[in-house]
Amino acid sequence: MTRAAALLAILAVLAVAFPWFAGAYALSIATLILYFAYTTQAWNVMMGFAGQLSLGHALYVGIGAYAAGALFFHLGIGPWAGLPLAVAAAALAGVAIGALAFRFGVSGVYFALLTIAFAEFTRIAFDHLSWTGGPGGMFLPVEQRDTIDLLAFRGPPIFYYYAMLALTAGALALCWRLLGSRAGYYWQAIREDEDAARALGIAVFRWKLLAIAISAGMTAISGVFFAFYYNNLFPEQIFNTGRSIEIILGSVIGGVGTLFGPIVGAAVLTLLSEGITESLSALGWAVPGSKQVIYGVVLLGVVVFLPQGIWPPLARRLGLAR
Amino acid sequence: MTALLRATGLAKSFRGVHAVRDVSFEVAEGSITALIGPNGAGKTTVFNLIAGVHAPDAGAIQFRDRAIHGLRPEQVCAAGIGRTFQLVKPFPALSVLDNVIVGALLVERKVAAARTAARAILGKLGLDARADQPAAALTLSDRKRLEVARALATRPRLLLLDEVMAGLRPTECDQLVEVFRDLPRSDGLTILLIEHVMRAVMALAGHIAVLDRGEVIARGAPAEVVANPAVLSCYLGEDTEL
Repeated sequence: MTRAAALLAILAVLAVAFPWFAGAYALSIATLILYFAYTTQAWNVMMGFAGQLSLGHALYVGIGAYAAGALFFHLGIGPWAGLPLAVAAAALAGVAIGALAFRFGVSGVYFALLTIAFAEFTRIAFDHLSWTGGPGGMFLPVEQRDTIDLLAFRGPPIFYYYAMLALTAGALALCWRLLGSRAGYYWQAIREDEDAARALGIAVFRWKLLAIAISAGMTAISGVFFAFYYNNLFPEQIFNTGRSIEIILGSVIGGVGTLFGPIVGAAVLTLLSEGITESLSALGWAVPGSKQVIYGVVLLGVVVFLPQGIWPPLARRLGLAR
Repeated sequence: MTALLRATGLAKSFRGVHAVRDVSFEVAEGSITALIGPNGAGKTTVFNLIAGVHAPDAGAIQFRDRAIHGLRPEQVCAAGIGRTFQLVKPFPALSVLDNVIVGALLVERKVAAARTAARAILGKLGLDARADQPAAALTLSDRKRLEVARALATRPRLLLLDEVMAGLRPTECDQLVEVFRDLPRSDGLTILLIEHVMRAVMALAGHIAVLDRGEVIARGAPAEVVANPAVLSCYLGEDTEL
């Protein structure tokens, strides 16, 4: 346990000190890693802990982004006021989907299909919603700023890096607490065997809804971040199924259901993606699709050789687990 | 003794096939009662009606003077009835201890308290040495014990055991019989078991109800029941070892 704490402390110091010796490009990559680490961690609550596969988590990113973004765009209401609304809206959407699915016994892959369907409905709805700009997108007013305006969530890149670092650390702490709580035990029981869980007095329906609500609410926060970091929102982009898959990959590659897997997975995938781009351009290879092929082969390798993800065997190597 | 569980006129059919019709029996508080009968007699259906897996088409189930028929499985468990599954259902990726903690969390809301309770139960069932192993790594005999440990952790008044001896070697069976024999005295527990292994039934049960084709054809003390001609002809046959 002390060994884990020491490693975590070293990691935390490195992450906090990182901007001092990193350039602008490295900082943007690091922010991206943290963004994916946070979002996939949120997805992991639902799938990794409670065993409910969502293939439509882009829905909650989008709801969060549009809720906070539209409030700011139309009413000038800042992200801090928009944040609770975004979280509530996404959690409510998650609970509605979950209640519908679980009441009618939709589970497993069918539940996963339903999550895709809802993300797609919502994408189409936003395509036709002129209040948020429809397919043409919504552009948040941007001011170039070198000073940090915490209230408006505006500042230089380093500000967004630290915001994302705080979110990722907060998500890790929350997940750690959740996993060791009554909810965590009940979720895992449901994940492992629903009938056995029921026979032990667990109200499966309610606990599953709680998992979705927390997961969706957490994901909405990354949507708010997305809105104020990129400042433009397109339904086609943000609700895209590809985005949902992107969110999932970090956990799958790092280790579904683990605490550090999502972070490791997000780092590996982002560095891999950027690394391939960089090395291909350095080598002067401009064959279209070559990046995707290399990326795909590496993913295949992980799935075949590390079916539980990168983290579990890595944790054993580091002496953190048996 | 008063009846802890009373089933009256239970009926259940599946797609027109009568699995159980007009089944009535009682389980006395503090007793070990066995429900026996040939395959397809309706034992598992009766069991599932009590455990809340199915709702009966007709009839009533009273538990501690409260109607429990039609409740969902988790509500039946919360009412004080723990069950095991014939085909064991451990939480394979969780450790043996964590499996039992899940059960204990029904009564102990704090994980630390649940852990203490779970350890005590693992000790009672001789699983303490396996506490930190994943449940997936256990032998069948230990999985059956885990099944019982997990159900006991919910602190039931009535424990339903579904063919818990099936597939065990005679020595393992005898060891488990010793555990069960002890429970009514030490925990104030009542046990209702479905069992094919007559060796265990005869060693444990103080009362037996015999089901055949969805109906109760005999009930009473073990010695009376096995001497009953109707039971012998329908179920036990001549070559049954007792």
